[in-house]
Amino acid sequence: MYDKNKIIPGLIIFVGIVAFPFFYNLVTADYKPEPSLDTPVINKMSKKQCVRPKDFMKTEHMKVLHEWRDSVVRYGEREYGVIDGVKYEKSLQKTCMQCHSNKKDFCDRCHTYVDVKPYCWNCHIAPEGKEE
Amino acid sequence: MKILFPLLVVIILVGLVFMGVQEANLHLLFGIIIPYVSVTIFILGVIARVVNWSRSPVPFRIPTTCGQQKSLSWIKRDCLENPSNAVGVIGRMALEILTFRSLFRNTQTELKQGPYLVYHEEKLLWLAALAFHWSFLIVVIRHFRLFIEPIPGCLSLLCSLDGFMEIGSPVVFLSGVALLGAVSFLLLRRILSPKISYISLTADYFPLFLIIAIAASGILMRYFVKVDVIDIKAYTLGLLSLHPVIPADVSVIFYIHLFLVCVLLVYIPFSKLMHLGGIFLSPTRNMANNNRLKRHINPWNYPVKVHTYEEYEEHFREKMKQVGIPVEKE
Repeated sequence: MYDKNKIIPGLIIFVGIVAFPFFYNLVTADYKPEPSLDTPVINKMSKKQCVRPKDFMKTEHMKVLHEWRDSVVRYGEREYGVIDGVKYEKSLQKTCMQCHSNKKDFCDRCHTYVDVKPYCWNCHIAPEGKEE
Repeated sequence: MKILFPLLVVIILVGLVFMGVQEANLHLLFGIIIPYVSVTIFILGVIARVVNWSRSPVPFRIPTTCGQQKSLSWIKRDCLENPSNAVGVIGRMALEILTFRSLFRNTQTELKQGPYLVYHEEKLLWLAALAFHWSFLIVVIRHFRLFIEPIPGCLSLLCSLDGFMEIGSPVVFLSGVALLGAVSFLLLRRILSPKISYISLTADYFPLFLIIAIAASGILMRYFVKVDVIDIKAYTLGLLSLHPVIPADVSVIFYIHLFLVCVLLVYIPFSKLMHLGGIFLSPTRNMANNNRLKRHINPWNYPVKVHTYEEYEEHFREKMKQVGIPVEKE
């Protein structure tokens, strides 16, 4: 082998970069965040349900919010519909955050986990946390 | 044929994982065994290729005529294009690896009406190659947000910059769009230009189709056929901390994306994609032009048995004296 003093460090750097996530995970604990549903409003609900099923909300909530924003801000359509006799408004603060008043333990847990920084709170006022 | 075969292979690969996960329930194979195997083949394959290359001796420096080499003090020299020391070489390599300096020099020969043979600069290929490689790098680095926990600030900053246009929700990552655009251009270039199409082979089309399929499945997964990214991160963290767990019910599109990436990883060491490592070993770029400044000894020189004049005279002194040939030592 020629140029050992350059080839071997180069290969070590290559392996180091590829194996970096493995080493990083050796020193950190892997976990899966669980968004908390422990809020006064949700606890009072007899049948715990969102405006759409849980699995749908898990993957599509950002699209729903985006559509809501567009239809409210651009077309002034505020009504979402009636589900089980309850009328819902297309509103982050009046609908979503009414139940999920725990932004830190609900929104942020997953968002921080996958490094999503939604710009909802550029305009909206984030709730202070759990109401006692 | 050269284009249909690789296209067919990529379609079959997608079909394979679709059938395997959807119909045969081979989650263990596609979710755990294949990723581990492919990463191992990738690392060992790249090392084997580089070690194999390093067995070739490089007997002398190859001066290229990109700039004036170091000469008399009053001749203006080009330190970067024709370096005579290590610092200059690092500069030249950095220009080559980070900005594709030699591709920037690319010229094209064309037969125009007349007939005139015209040579002109062709910067579009350089631009597309630059866009493709850089966006691919950013996409790969950005994926580390799903590989490590907690996410360091620099990675978070990169993701924010990548999505700074704040289009839609989830925000559009510009690098993903640039990647798919650039790789599509590189494919169309091979298809539409008759001259390039003539010299394009299966080994040219296959990686392009594979990367298009990877980028397309990734974009589909992020913006259209949504998957639960929390489950996926928990799964990748499990893989990377060597406690693999099959994700509960992740859509088949994720397995397609993952499997195509595994195929790419396995394909790299055995194909021209090894330019990933090969660029660092480009002999005309990574050696200082000091042919006349330093003595370079051919590495495959074996010790030559020499017979010096002293030994010769020692051997034939008597005979030389007899016929009257002058000798140095009596």
